[in-house]
Amino acid sequence: MINTTKIEKINFSPTASTLDSTREEFGKAIAQIAQSNDQIIGLSADLTESTKMSLFAQKFKNRFFHLGVAEQNMIGVAAGLALGGKIPVCTSYAIFQPGRCWEQIRQSICYSNLNVKMVSTHAGLSVGPDGASHQALEDLALTRVLPNLTVISPCDGNQARKATFAMIEHQGPVYLRLTREPALSVTTSETSFEIGKGQVFRVGSDVTIISHGTMIGTALQAALILEEQMNISAQVINLHTIKPIDQELLVQAAKTTQAIVTLEEHQIMAGVGSAVAECLATNYPVPIEMVGMKDQFGQSGKAHELIDYYGLTVEGVIKAVKKVIKRKNHS
Amino acid sequence: MEVKSVEELYQISNHLRQLVITMLENAGSGHSAGSLGMADVFTALYFNILKHNPKKPHWKDRDRVILSNGHICPILYASLAHSGYFEEKELLTFRKINSRLQGHPHYQSVPGVENTSGSLGQGLSQAIGIALSLRLNGKNNQVYALLSDGEHQEGQTWEGYLFANAQKLANLTVLIDRNNIQIDGLVENLVPLNDLKRKIAEFGWQVLEIDGHNMEQIIAACQQAESNQVGPTAIICQTIPGKGVDFMESLPAWHGKPPDEKQAQLALKQLRSLNNKITCHQLS
Repeated sequence: MINTTKIEKINFSPTASTLDSTREEFGKAIAQIAQSNDQIIGLSADLTESTKMSLFAQKFKNRFFHLGVAEQNMIGVAAGLALGGKIPVCTSYAIFQPGRCWEQIRQSICYSNLNVKMVSTHAGLSVGPDGASHQALEDLALTRVLPNLTVISPCDGNQARKATFAMIEHQGPVYLRLTREPALSVTTSETSFEIGKGQVFRVGSDVTIISHGTMIGTALQAALILEEQMNISAQVINLHTIKPIDQELLVQAAKTTQAIVTLEEHQIMAGVGSAVAECLATNYPVPIEMVGMKDQFGQSGKAHELIDYYGLTVEGVIKAVKKVIKRKNHS
Repeated sequence: MEVKSVEELYQISNHLRQLVITMLENAGSGHSAGSLGMADVFTALYFNILKHNPKKPHWKDRDRVILSNGHICPILYASLAHSGYFEEKELLTFRKINSRLQGHPHYQSVPGVENTSGSLGQGLSQAIGIALSLRLNGKNNQVYALLSDGEHQEGQTWEGYLFANAQKLANLTVLIDRNNIQIDGLVENLVPLNDLKRKIAEFGWQVLEIDGHNMEQIIAACQQAESNQVGPTAIICQTIPGKGVDFMESLPAWHGKPPDEKQAQLALKQLRSLNNKITCHQLS
């Protein structure tokens, strides 16, 4: 079947090596937006420097609040600020927000559909040496299950910047998932970004690899090797918006390639693989293989060591692709 | 709003108690004890203290009431209805399907409901956020946060006290329903708060302690809180849960129970015969 999907303009090549940082680009973007939008209020739960809110905090002292080590109060205060017409931006690590304050997000924000933006850095294994206590592998499960919440996981610094702008434009609560480590810069200033619209980064016909966040580099590298070494044509989709999920694009991908592999820095259970499966099982069922954390906690180590150890790798994706194509051919 | 006499205010709180009983019996579920216990405080707020306009629920210069212990919403709804935010007959839809009067308050479900509550411990944080937004906008409106004593067992409440003091939020007043009951029994028997006044004062707040059924004390305390330009104030209101209905008073069992038809009739009879003379609770 000929793939007539629209391909996004990206900057990826076999020798690609430029890195950028999702959290740094967020930090710069939010400070820039706040320059012309005085309703934006910054909130930090004692992690101002690592969430890159320091620039905002410095420039807008009257509109920045230290909440201290108190995420539940931070969310409630943000709800109150939103009730008062402000646009609060709450920041912390993904393990603490939504982890620590999940019920507050549910009751005080989502159930009231308040215009609160929750930006969490340090998602996933790539948190590194801090270890399992700080490696959020459940945050997408926790957030995508909440009504009214938009959930976004940008793939690189450029996209994090665009996502920040889009998040502020959007009316309603948003969860933005960022990482600690810099990662492969894949998009350019010309790459579009629209909440809810998944992106085809590479066209292919044998399988679709769906990923999000900074795993996208791995997906693209795997697709390259599959093509060059195994004659397998892999489509790559960047699903930056986990919720609302781009059902149309997913069904089109399923129809075109008849096989899906998902890749994420998150538990397989209830993660984006599950979200894709929910969508396709009810609309256009095809074999799916999921690459992610297999119902276990992480551990201390360097980010790349951990990614290798737990199999969230090019090899892991290739293995899954071979498996799903086998299933496709036998069905 | 014309100034009402204390006598008139007690007439209103009696009427609100009757509305609460009727509403709960009709719904077949709901929380009697706290709703009745806080009737005098709500009366003082909605009919004397608050700067508000029931015909303009979004008026930018209004004071705010943030109910944290959302389960006592029958008294909130009764106060809103009797003030004129909506019609009293709508109170009979309480807790029924498609009703604007949800079992626990839902933000903007009905004019006058300023926040969502029901899960204890979250309202103070919300009130703080609103108070901050008012201050950022240069408004000097007051935010009244209503909390129960039991919900002071939730850690988030204390996060709120710490932060409100750090921000020196002078436009924030907390009113605590100190009725000493919670679902499993008496607060002081289970997980005691002990000297709540001292505890909150140690967090840097001004703390007042009053008889929650004494209209003059409630009003005086709220005025004192408003004139505090230095920081936030907490007013501990000693109340009798179920106040006004003798078979309900002081019993934890009535925390989450509505009266049945017979009990409601008895309760209404008692309230009507009180002749608006609520006996004030003696501070121990």
